[in-house]
This record gives sequence, C-alpha cells and structure tokens, in this order.
Amino acid sequence: MRRILLFVPLLIFIGLGYFLWRGLSIDPTELPSARLNQPFPQFQLASLTEPERMMTEADLKGRPALVNVWATWCPTCKEEHTFLNQLAQQGVTIYGINYKDEPLKAREWLKRYLDPYAEVVLDQEGSLGIDLGVYGAPETYVIDAQGVIRYRHVGAVDATVWKQLKQVMDQLAGGDA
Amino acid sequence: MIPELGQYALILTACLAVLLGTIPMIGATVGNALWCSYARPLAIAMFGFVLFSFLCLSWSFLQSDFSVAYVASNSNTALPWYYRLSAVWGGHEGSLLLWLLILTGWTLAVALKSGNLPEDIQARVLSVMGLITIGFTLFILFTSSPFERYLPRIPEQGADLNPLLQDIGLIMHPPMLYMGYVGFSVAFAFAIAALLSGRLDTAWARWSRPWTVVAWAFLTLGIALGSWWAYYELGWGGWWFWDPVENASLMPWLIGTALVHSLAVTEKRGVFKSWTVLLAIFAFSLSLLGTFLVRSGVLTSVHAFASDPDRGFFILALLAISIGGSLLLYAIKASHVKSESSFGLLSRESFMLINNVLLTVCCATVLLGTLYPLLVDALNLGKISVGPPYFNALFVPLGSLLVLTMGVGVLLRWKQTSLQLLIGQLWLPGVLAVLAGALSLYLLPYWPGFWVSAGLLLAWWVVFTGGRDLANRMRNKSAGLSALLGQSRAYYGMVLAHGGIAVLVVGIALVSTFSEHSDLRMEPGDRKQFYDYEFVFDGIRKVDGPNFHSDTGVIRVLYQGEPYTEMYPEKRLYTARGNVMTEAAIDPGLFRDLYVALGESLGGDAWAVRVQYKPFVRWLWLGGLMMTIGGLLAATDPRYRKQARRDLAGA
Repeated sequence: MRRILLFVPLLIFIGLGYFLWRGLSIDPTELPSARLNQPFPQFQLASLTEPERMMTEADLKGRPALVNVWATWCPTCKEEHTFLNQLAQQGVTIYGINYKDEPLKAREWLKRYLDPYAEVVLDQEGSLGIDLGVYGAPETYVIDAQGVIRYRHVGAVDATVWKQLKQVMDQLAGGDA
Repeated sequence: MIPELGQYALILTACLAVLLGTIPMIGATVGNALWCSYARPLAIAMFGFVLFSFLCLSWSFLQSDFSVAYVASNSNTALPWYYRLSAVWGGHEGSLLLWLLILTGWTLAVALKSGNLPEDIQARVLSVMGLITIGFTLFILFTSSPFERYLPRIPEQGADLNPLLQDIGLIMHPPMLYMGYVGFSVAFAFAIAALLSGRLDTAWARWSRPWTVVAWAFLTLGIALGSWWAYYELGWGGWWFWDPVENASLMPWLIGTALVHSLAVTEKRGVFKSWTVLLAIFAFSLSLLGTFLVRSGVLTSVHAFASDPDRGFFILALLAISIGGSLLLYAIKASHVKSESSFGLLSRESFMLINNVLLTVCCATVLLGTLYPLLVDALNLGKISVGPPYFNALFVPLGSLLVLTMGVGVLLRWKQTSLQLLIGQLWLPGVLAVLAGALSLYLLPYWPGFWVSAGLLLAWWVVFTGGRDLANRMRNKSAGLSALLGQSRAYYGMVLAHGGIAVLVVGIALVSTFSEHSDLRMEPGDRKQFYDYEFVFDGIRKVDGPNFHSDTGVIRVLYQGEPYTEMYPEKRLYTARGNVMTEAAIDPGLFRDLYVALGESLGGDAWAVRVQYKPFVRWLWLGGLMMTIGGLLAATDPRYRKQARRDLAGA
C-alpha cells in the first residue's frame, strides 16, 4: 500500500504536465454555460449606487443588454472598463454586477473611471455569482428583453469579443422586432 | 568577436556539464574513486566558463555593441553604466544566463565547501548539479542565446531599458531571488544523491540543512525587495498584489520554509525522511516552474508562449525530465526508508508536521489560484483574474493557524510532552498575549475586526512564547546574562526569524486595515486631512531631468496644524521610449509612511492626486529582513563545521 502511495506525487505531476501540454497545443471550443437559454437567476440585492433600493431580476428586463460581472480587485476589469464606456456611449445597455467587492471602493472606481452601467447590482457575498456560475471576474452575459441568458463570455470584452456579442444582440433585436 | 567567445564558452560549458553529469555519477555507482574525483575540478571549470560568458555579455553591454540583438533591445548609449550592467538581466535571455551563472556558482560553492563529505556523496551531489546545468545550458543555446547578432544591418541606437527597471530595487531583486530559487537546487541535489545511494540518514539532513537555509534566506530577501520595489515604484502604494509573478516566488518560499523545518526534525530525530526528500524535490520543482512561468511570459499571456512553441516545448520537456524523473526515483527508492524513532501526539515532531501540512496547503492554494486562470486562458476560454478575495479568504485563516501552532511548537519537547507540563508552559504567555493584545487594540483608533485583532494577538503570542522559551533556557544556567549570550547561533537565528514573522503579521494586519487613501482632484490651495496630517497642494513645477521631463507636484504637509515637511511627487516622461512614469513621494517612518502620487492633469491647474497614509508598512520589510538575517545566522552556526569534522573522524 505504502509503495503505491509513493507514486501519487508522480501521477499528480503527470496529470498537470499533460494539461499544460494540451494547453500549449490545442484550442478547444468555448465554455458552455449551464445557464444558457435559461432565465436570469432570481435575486434580491441592493443597488450599488442607491444602497437602500433593492433590485431583482425584473429590473434587467425590457431590452437586450449586456450583464457585466466586475470588481475593483480585478486588473482585467480595469482593462476592459474603457471599452465598456465606449459601448455605453454607443447606446448599448450594460448592467453591472459588482462581485465580491467593497461598495466604497466600487463607487469611487465608477467616479474615477466613469460609469458605463445603467444599473449596478451589489453582489457583495457572491450569491448571485454562484447562481450564475461565475468562474471569476470579468464575465459578460448577453440577455434578451425577457431576461433570458443568450450568450456568455468569460474574460475581458474588447473589440474582437464585441463583434461576437454584437452579432448575438443584433439577432435578438431582429427577433424582437 | 567577444560575443562569439561568450557563445563558445557556453558550448564548452554544455560539454563540461555532460562530463560532470555522467562520469562522477558512474564512478559513484560502480565504486571507482578516480572517476568520482573528477567532480570537483569539473565543477570549478564549469563555473569558470559560465563566468567568462557572462563577462562577455556584460562587456558587450558596456561597449553598447548593438550588433548583438539582445543588447540592442535592452540598452541605449544614454543609459548610465550601472544600468547598462543591470540591463544584462533585464530581459529573458540575459536572466537565463544569470540563472546559469548562479547555478554553477552554487555548484562551485558545494565543490569547495564539501571536502568533508564522503567521496561518493560529493560526487553524486555535484553530478546532479551537472545534470541540471546541461538542461539549462542547452535551453539557452538552442532557444534563447543572448549572443545572437543583428547582421548585416546594425542598429544605430538601442531600444533602451524599460524605465521601470531603471532602479536600484530592480538591480538587486532578480539576483537575490535567483540565489534563493537556484539555491534549492543544492537541497534537491542532496536529496537525489541520498535517494540514489540509499543513505537517507540524519547525516544527510545535516549536510543539506545549512545550504537550504541560506537559499531560503536569499529567497526571503528577494521577495521582500520585490515587494518594497512595487510599493515605491508602481505608484499604487500596494505591497502585495497576489499577481502570478509574485505567487511564483511565494510558492517555493512556502515549501522552502516547510523544508527548513522538516530537515531540522530529520536531523534531530531521524523521522519524516521520506517527506523531507519530497519537499526538497518540490521546492526545486516550484523554483523551476516559477522561473519559467515568469520568464516565458506565459503568465502575462499564453500567446507569447505559444508564439514560440520551441521554447514552450523545451521548457515542458525540461520540467518533465527533471521533476518527473526525480519523482519516479522517489517512488521507487523511498519505500526502503525507515524512521529511526517514534513520537507522541504532543511533541515538537507532531507540531512540525502540522506546520508542514499547513505550509503545503498554503502552497497548493497559491498554485491552484495561479495556474487556474492560466489553464483557462490556455484552453482559450478567455482571461480571468482569481483575485485577492480568493487568496485572502484562504490565506488569513491558514496563516493564523500557522502562527498559533508556531508558538506552541517552540515550547514543546521532542518525542513527548505531558499535557500538564505544556499547560504550565503556555498559560502565562497566553494570558500576557491576551493582555498585550487588548492593550494594543485599545490604542487603535477603532475596532479593526476579528482577523486583524487575532493577528495582533498572535504576534504577541509569538513574542511571549519565544520569551518563555528563552526564560527556560536561562533558568537551566547559572548566570542570566551569560546564558542569554551563550545560546547557539542557530537558536538566535530561529528567535530572530520567528520574531520576523511576528513583525510581519503586525505590519500586514495594521497596514491593510488602517491605511487611508484618497484619490483627489486637487487645485492649488486644496487640502486633505488624514488623522494628524494635513496635505496642502501648492501646484506643479516643470523640472527637466537628464533623460526625462517631469511635472513635479508640491505638497505641503502639516502635522497637528504645524508645518511638517514638503513632498514632491513626480510624473516623468522618459523621452527615449516615450514612457510616462509615476514617481511617488514618500515620507517614511517606523510607524507610518506618508505617500503621495501624482495622477493625470485634469485641465487647468487641477491634478489627480493620490494621497495615502500607511501605518506600519515598513514592518513588512523589517520582518522580511529579520527572517533573512535569522536564516543566515542559523546557517553559519559553527556546529555544522564541528560536526562535519566529527563525521569525518568517525568514518
């Protein structure tokens, strides 16, 4: 028994090495979201900007929109922030979920770097994040007018990613019309 | 001509390394003393050639020989000579050459200092170091030679060294860090030699212990330097970002710390041998992994790695052979290892084991948090950050537990301690720690929350349990003062290093809670108050430096309403590359730093200014320095030399 145990570190290393090797050589397809084509999970959380006002999933309905999960501790969020501001200026509706963050810092951040969000949900405990299946910040979802999740992107939004998201949003807008 | 000589010296190094990696190893296996005796001269020659190669590269930098591609992309004629020299390790190729220089330097040190080891052990240890050298030399020669030429079109001017790296902190940081990283290769070589010879005994632990502790001390210093540099140079006033590059150095440190303790148990009691060997392998493996993760740029972007697949696959093959090979050897050989003694639940051994388990879990946590985003990125699922919330949530409780058991551990005896005796030893430090902790909390401006309070309490706990231990030792001797001075150097080292942990904990707890910072839009005359300090913005001056233009802010500081000092934060434009750099102004102090950084101009006379008040921030690096000195004291304990002579006489 002990002899077999001694092989455990080697096996773990081989597993890790295999994964790294695959990572070097293969580009697998996208991460499927378990929530895809499901309604946005129910929640009741405070708004970041007006802490006394409670928000629910109903507040996100009405038109196709982006839902962006962000936090001040996440450097990649800062990277994508400028691009989100541009999108907001082009008239794209973006809802923010402030994920496991300190509200004070988050408000200061929006003041400092401008606020692209129509609404920001304060998810301090990460409970909504769990329901959504958030891997880490940033993540961006496309929802339709009925609040159904149509697309999920893990990572920063930039011009290339936006092309993809825009396609989905245009389809939704077309379908609604 | 000079660069070609450097390249040639590297090729000769590879040949010598092959000889060193094979002949003494075979000699030790078949018992041929002549073949074994080749190890030392080969090790010395190998170092000589790498040093020569390194000097060739340094010469090319000093001469600004821009026909060498690496020099052209990392230097500039306007650069002062000392930055030209430090630019040698400013990029990927040169850092690898520095790595190799330090590796062969450690090999040389082992060759010169290990005259008292049994011949076959010495031959095996040096041989393993030779094998590692083969891998690295080939990696440099095939994929990252710093001596490649730009021919025939030689650039007129170099691209300059990144201004971030034009700094004393960054001149010192990589060599210290590498001394630590590579130093673990000695512990690794000793472990492999012990596995091969089947002699995993207390003598082996004694031989490798001072080497390991020195490497650990350098690594500690390297990490502390890096943190200090990030604090004053990056303009954020942060001192630890949980960024993958930092994590890459933290992981070997955590395992190295576990190894240092585990080696102590193996030496004193002859137990944990198999575990100690595994830790030695892990410490070096993580150093390798860390170096490559950082140097290959794989962490900032996978695509930099994949764009040069040769490098990536070479690295992976190197890792697979060295780590996989040693783990295989471990799996085959370690089953013969037997413990030489047993121990009870309440014993120093079992608490050292708890320490080891906690440190290993900490390391696994960091490894997971570091590699997970990398894997997600590698699988093309996008970029995500596993942020400080993850690390803090796991690290704070684990670290607290670690410090708690540390206090108990120093007071426990080897083998078995009765519960009664332990309680007798612990109650007084416990009560004192609670009292001192309560007093500290009372002195703070407000209740800082559970974990910070726990941190302060634990810092006192470490101080008082250490004091108790010292008191015990003094009681057994006649005169107080001579007993205080008469302890072994290793003991003082331990006390200092553990004290460093207490200082570090206080620093972390207070600076993360009571820091005040504000990003302000300031026009001349605007004021901001933090505690007793008031900052007054007096406007901007234009100042021209030797190779940059600067906007220098003038900030007057009042202490309790009285003029205290003036601070000059800068925004510099480096003309060669067009980089804009922030130079923060810092008023340092043992109990608090004042930190002012200048942001962007907001139009008119208004500027974005970041003002910070950082209490106890210096304690972070003071703690690191104490651990470093403690480690160096312990490693130079005269007992190792005396014991080595005794081993020789007994053999």
